[in-house]
Amino acid sequence: MPIFSKEEAQALLKKVLSYSKADECEVNLSASDNSNIRYARNAVSTSGKVSQKSLAVSSAFGKKLGVATINEFDDASLEKVVRRSEELARLAPENPEFVSFLGPQQYAEAKTFIPATAAITPQQRAEFVAQSINVAKAQKAVAAGFLEDNAGFSAMMNSKGLFAYGTSSNVNFSVTVRTEDGKGSGYATRGYNDVTKLDTKAATQIATDKGVKSATAKAIEPGKYTVILEPAASAVLLERILFGLDARQADEGRSFLSKPGGQTRLGEKLMDERVNIYSDPSHPELPTSTWSGDGRPQEKISWIEKGVIKNLSYSRYWAQKKGVKAVPGPDAFVMEGGSASLEDLIRSTKKGILVTRLWYIRDVDPQTLLLTGLTRDGTFYIENGKIQFPIKNFRFNESPVIMLNNVEELGKPERTVSVESNQNYLIPPMKIRDFTFTSLSDAV
Amino acid sequence: MKRRDFIQLTGLGLGGMFLPAQLMGKSVSEQVLLEPFLDVPAKKNLADVALSTAKSSGATYADIRIGRYLNQFISTRENKVQGIESSESYGCGVRVIANGTWGFAATNEVTTEGIKKAAQRAVAIAKANAKFQKEPVKLAPVQGYGEVSWKTTIQRNAFEIPVSEKVDLLLNANAAALQNGASFVNSNLFMINEQKYFASTEGSYIDQDIHRIWPTFTVSVTDKASGKFKSRQALSAPMGMGYEYMIPKTEDKQWAPQGMVLYRNSYDIVEDAATAAKQAKEMITAKSVEPGKYDLVLEPNHLGLTIHESVGHPLELDRILGYEANYAGTSFATLDKLKSGNFNYGSKIVNIFADKTQPGSLGAVGYDDEGVKSRRWDLIKDGIFVNVQAIRDQVHILGQNESHGCCYAQSWSDVQFQRMPNVSLAPGKDPYSVQDMIKDVEKGIYIAGRGSYSIDQQRYNFQFGGTVFYEIKNGQITGMLNDVAYQSNTQEFWNSCVKICDERDYRLFGSFFDGKGQPSQVSAVSHGSSTARFNGVNVINTGRTI
Repeated sequence: MPIFSKEEAQALLKKVLSYSKADECEVNLSASDNSNIRYARNAVSTSGKVSQKSLAVSSAFGKKLGVATINEFDDASLEKVVRRSEELARLAPENPEFVSFLGPQQYAEAKTFIPATAAITPQQRAEFVAQSINVAKAQKAVAAGFLEDNAGFSAMMNSKGLFAYGTSSNVNFSVTVRTEDGKGSGYATRGYNDVTKLDTKAATQIATDKGVKSATAKAIEPGKYTVILEPAASAVLLERILFGLDARQADEGRSFLSKPGGQTRLGEKLMDERVNIYSDPSHPELPTSTWSGDGRPQEKISWIEKGVIKNLSYSRYWAQKKGVKAVPGPDAFVMEGGSASLEDLIRSTKKGILVTRLWYIRDVDPQTLLLTGLTRDGTFYIENGKIQFPIKNFRFNESPVIMLNNVEELGKPERTVSVESNQNYLIPPMKIRDFTFTSLSDAV
Repeated sequence: MKRRDFIQLTGLGLGGMFLPAQLMGKSVSEQVLLEPFLDVPAKKNLADVALSTAKSSGATYADIRIGRYLNQFISTRENKVQGIESSESYGCGVRVIANGTWGFAATNEVTTEGIKKAAQRAVAIAKANAKFQKEPVKLAPVQGYGEVSWKTTIQRNAFEIPVSEKVDLLLNANAAALQNGASFVNSNLFMINEQKYFASTEGSYIDQDIHRIWPTFTVSVTDKASGKFKSRQALSAPMGMGYEYMIPKTEDKQWAPQGMVLYRNSYDIVEDAATAAKQAKEMITAKSVEPGKYDLVLEPNHLGLTIHESVGHPLELDRILGYEANYAGTSFATLDKLKSGNFNYGSKIVNIFADKTQPGSLGAVGYDDEGVKSRRWDLIKDGIFVNVQAIRDQVHILGQNESHGCCYAQSWSDVQFQRMPNVSLAPGKDPYSVQDMIKDVEKGIYIAGRGSYSIDQQRYNFQFGGTVFYEIKNGQITGMLNDVAYQSNTQEFWNSCVKICDERDYRLFGSFFDGKGQPSQVSAVSHGSSTARFNGVNVINTGRTI
């Protein structure tokens, strides 16, 4: 898959637009290489590579919109895809929510592409896995893991003069290490734009230590406990807040951000005042695209500031209807913290539970954002500042909104990966009081 | 299921709905969905190119799947059409064994040259991966079937129905919901046609034409004054059927408490949307459940998901062996429990079978994606754990020499692997009706429809919600309940099954986009059952205030 330069992308998009006879036309172009290697039982099980390129043409006649896609870029194919999108638009019913395409925008330069990540070879992937397996084997443990990397570009142009272009790369790695007798299990995950930061050996060492140390788990009673959530554990809860920031759902009265009387909780303090969550495409540790799929600039936005809901995201239609700025939803988020390490948080805990990973997260009640799920792959009991013994896994029923009201201490943020969405975030380890565990699980 | 791999269709209701991007293919006009594909002789010629190229490059086994995957998705909200998407994805995947190791390559260049290259690449990948292989792949024998074909039995191809007619039906359902008090309604119709041709060096050339359909909606009622909102999902099931599922038939309507109607082999979306609005309204003021032990009466459209999570997934052999350890997890249902021959998975009346043949089911095919004829087999017999789900390269681990025929890939570009067949609870032998399930319950809850579900990585501990809950007191339904979820342990739960309705109440539930693997692939699977009763299950209250 060739990564088109800005100029090449611009030239191709201009050509596509030149075929348009519609009232308005917008073209999105993207291409990427996605490669992966999977292993289990200390051996590689599958590996694969998908190269894809795609060009999507959106044509509009009045409020009638048609979208057609193609993956061949010769002149005849390009003209054909434009014609097809126009045919589809003519046949489409009027969409009363159609908003005319956006005019020219200014974007900051994205820092999301690292050439080393785009250049990963199959040998390197195999080597990353070999290093991981060797660590597990050395401790007579069994590793299963997955490494996937991608690199590509995307660009868009429309008949109103908008042009956007960006490149990106990413690598995600996760590993679960189990003891041979299946009585212990540990986990670690890492995600980076830059593959040179990835150390599968060190990550697997952490997973292996947790796996080995968790092998003699005791059952303790479910109930409300102080927990220390590692970033990989809290990521899957916090992202549910971010997925739920849509203004329309809140305005329509069907979101945890709706409140009695038909208003929303925008501007209300819902969480502890130490809770600050924002998105920033130019963050050096978590760079993201500087534009959204419909061409809106992605800027630094505070979502929760000192526990107050500061901003909601809007579709362009809903923003127009409400007469507000159409702020797009974020691609990632950063939660601020302090300077304490995970070990510091453990040291300052009288009684509590260390949680490595949470799993199978499902909405229980969208009204309160109540979620359920289970601990997994390394759950330990802490007393008097020390890990005392491994404990059996718990099911929890907890709302991240309630949880962020019960903050005891926040550590130093680190980049992590959500096992649910695969998204990367920057999140501190956090100590939370009164986290609700409702039953025990025998699962290892 | 990984959210990043999914395209969100906006405005489809609370939480949105995510469609696998891989399934979308390229957008086409609706006429393309009815255009013919390559004819069988042309497919056979192309398949032979793959098989002979693979063999001459050093493969000891090869198969090819030439697939054309057609989809149409229609989404509406209230009186508006939000999206009509018709798409086509076309290509082929070649899988080989060389040096005792699997290799796979896919291409969308379905030409002699493209297929040759893919076959050569698959062999090269197999040879490269052979150095990581601990043991050579062992395939269970399979008969070569020669040139055969199979089609889903349908009465009306959903793609032949004009889009305007399908849109009108959804908008009628939305109107019925709004007339009955809904504040919002989102409705969707998903239609899929897999046209796939399989050939292997075992001597099979299999042409299949598979159809699936899923109508669904979310009706929401908001109460401005209290700020409360409640939603009620459709009680339809995704089916392996044509558009005939959308034409309601009186004989398919099943009795349910409180005037609710449940559906068997055809669905009345307008009637269900109207009922949904009334029920969602009632939920706003319904009583919050008192936590404690209850006898649960679970109807098939609810019980199907419990079967899926607590029986279907734990009995996948690849998962039991540890191949899914990093993502989905492993299983409590270990091979030593299977071999013991006396592991009580459930009570004596619990008979659960796997099957890829049941008419109307999502998993029904003539042959699986490695050319094994589909069949039915027992998983739990009279409460005892007796078998699992396995395909050609793993079934020998069980000491069995015949694949169960449950190999599947979501598209031509993905490699096939073991996927869940339809897994169903056999109807009870005694002539019990739904009323018989309820009449001797002192303190219980009747649950209809799917809800929130979560289960641990070895499938012991689970928590399930539902769509609609009715309290049972002294053999009578007394009213609607809110905030209900039940928590149990798989073995305990199935051993608490005390009564199952007979076959008159038997019908299918389905999961249209079931995820498994890394990278994740989806598959569609049905679960049949009759209404069943489970005594003394722990119910929690999920109500909170923020």
